[in-house]
Amino acid sequence: MTDASLATSGAPARKGKSLVVPDARTKRRNAAETRFKAYGVAAIGAGIFFLVVLLSAILINGVGAFQQTFIQVPVYLDPAKLDKSGNRDPEEMKKVSTFGYSPLIQDALFAEVQAQGVDTPLDSAKAMKEMISASAAAQVRDVVLADPDLVGETVDFQILASSRVDGYLKGRVQRADVARDKNINVEHLDLTDALREKGIVARRFNMDFITGADASESRAEQAGLGVSILGSLFMMLVVLLLSLPIGVAASIYLEEFAKKNRFTDIIEVNISNLAAVPSIVFGILGLAVFIQFMHLPQSAPLVGGLVLTLMTLPTIIISTRASLASVPPSIRSAALGVGASKMQSVFHHVLPLAMPGILTGTILGLAQALGETAPLLLIGMVGYIATNYPDGVASGFLDPNSAMPAQIYEWAKRADPAYYERAWGGIIILLVFLMVMNIIAILLRRRFERRW
Amino acid sequence: MYDAPNSERDVEVKDIKITAQGVQVYYGDTHAIKDVSVDIEDKTVTAFIGPSGCGKSTFLRCLNRMNDTIDIARVEGNILLDGEDIYDKRVDPVQLRAKVGMVFQKPNPFPKSIYDNVAYGPRIHGMAKNKADLDEIVERALKRGAIWNEVKDRLHAPGTGLSGGQQQRLCIARAVATEPEVLLMDEPCSALDPIATAQVEELIDELRRDYSVVIVTHSMQQAARVSQKTAFFHLGNLVEFGVTDKIFTNPTDPRTEAYITGRIG
Repeated sequence: MTDASLATSGAPARKGKSLVVPDARTKRRNAAETRFKAYGVAAIGAGIFFLVVLLSAILINGVGAFQQTFIQVPVYLDPAKLDKSGNRDPEEMKKVSTFGYSPLIQDALFAEVQAQGVDTPLDSAKAMKEMISASAAAQVRDVVLADPDLVGETVDFQILASSRVDGYLKGRVQRADVARDKNINVEHLDLTDALREKGIVARRFNMDFITGADASESRAEQAGLGVSILGSLFMMLVVLLLSLPIGVAASIYLEEFAKKNRFTDIIEVNISNLAAVPSIVFGILGLAVFIQFMHLPQSAPLVGGLVLTLMTLPTIIISTRASLASVPPSIRSAALGVGASKMQSVFHHVLPLAMPGILTGTILGLAQALGETAPLLLIGMVGYIATNYPDGVASGFLDPNSAMPAQIYEWAKRADPAYYERAWGGIIILLVFLMVMNIIAILLRRRFERRW
Repeated sequence: MYDAPNSERDVEVKDIKITAQGVQVYYGDTHAIKDVSVDIEDKTVTAFIGPSGCGKSTFLRCLNRMNDTIDIARVEGNILLDGEDIYDKRVDPVQLRAKVGMVFQKPNPFPKSIYDNVAYGPRIHGMAKNKADLDEIVERALKRGAIWNEVKDRLHAPGTGLSGGQQQRLCIARAVATEPEVLLMDEPCSALDPIATAQVEELIDELRRDYSVVIVTHSMQQAARVSQKTAFFHLGNLVEFGVTDKIFTNPTDPRTEAYITGRIG
């Protein structure tokens, strides 16, 4: 640099401090950086730890719901009791209620226990009824009504065991607790153990948990999520069909066409605020507007879908506007420059480029709506809604139904601990749906982005 | 190579394509263009030069009403294209822009294939009756954009995969595909390297045979190389307008002289 250093032919003499030895200030800076990185790693570690704890808790508690205890017994379908007239007329046979079937099943179990030579102090068919689910009779009756010719024969049935027996096999019901339990005695548990060794009582995968309907408080073993899954799907259909077109149209107008003035500023601020409004507020709005004012049916997925649409719209509008704004303005000028109209430039060029962002936002909005419970509380979609599968599409929208998260909440609230397990199981199904939606969002994003 | 011989710079009087009379442009409270009047000839390259922020791009964008897309911009005065006021209420800017094409500072091909880039304009204006027609239009435009030989084998490759210079020539091809009468170019070479610049400049010289070309440029050398007429803008005023040779060799206004000798701007 200086004449002096140029003059020396070899390496110039060092001036000031050496580069090899870091000075105190540099050391402090580096230490601060190392500490900060450590905080970050610790934060991420904590996050992962809680995630693992959460997922394993859900799995451990919920997996049981997918298995159910069944008792395999041959039931003699006595014509004298089930079809007194003897002409196998289904209409006539419908008059025999489940009360007519219960004794047959109890007798069958008693006979089976004796045939197997199991030693038990329970000396009558009636004494064994605590082992059988209250819904077993309905189970048998459905089979008989579907095929009246079975009457008079002996048919092997997989009868649902009562929730206490099921709980005993899953470790939920302890022998020590049974003394205070009116629903089951130690003798029943002894018999269960004996029958399990014989292979008559066994746990199986329970498809009915995924496909079935909710059951009453005392029949936890029968309850399933299927009908409320349908309820959720009908709601999501409403949300998708309403919020995507409305949201995208609103965003395109605000972002591309609207003049920037005080009025659009106010709209913009309000949309951002709406995204932060507690969902229960949308629930009471839905109650007031859709049910009390417009007289739409209570507890209907249509109303639920409308409420969730209101809730999802801000999310979709915000993400759509963000992805429209991220399309480079040069694309718009290019389109206008070759004589495209404003609308052509938006629909031919801007919208396709914004599509991955719009779709991701929409699916994430839907996923949020799928998991939302609070607004459903207020429009009557939570509670024991004794529904069966809806009868066609119209009734799917209009008949009372629940939704997945509402059903889970309802189960968690019930007194019987057997429902606790089902609540965790429901969470697993809900998470699977959410995961599938997120994967779809990622795939759509990749697909659209890969085009160029 | 760059400097065309003087004999080519014919200064004969040609038809007037665009007449601007007393044009004022305001961006909100800013008075960006102050009373500019200029006549742009047909089949001529007219260059707008001047320091940054002097309003040359703004004025260029008035000529095809691209300023309409800016909410706060306001244009006063008359701009006549073939004697018709383009700011007349009855004029649809979309039709105007088909007649007055534009090439932008940064190459901005659509993220579509090379073919679709060029075919887009003709498609939306319904210029082709069938696929064969459209193919022909695309080929003609790409040839006129002097890029046909480089892309003819990969017309369906993405336009964004081309080099910067190729992209800009693709954009020129896209602009001429709609058969405009005037071609506006807003610093078309500012994002290009010298070789690509030379190619585009050569192309501009060829385009002069069919179009009236208006080019905004930062580079005085470029203006001297490609244009026949030059307009010098300064602080929103049109300071001097005339034959390029005269502006560069014997400017009338002291400000023009200061700019071309490098004392301002």
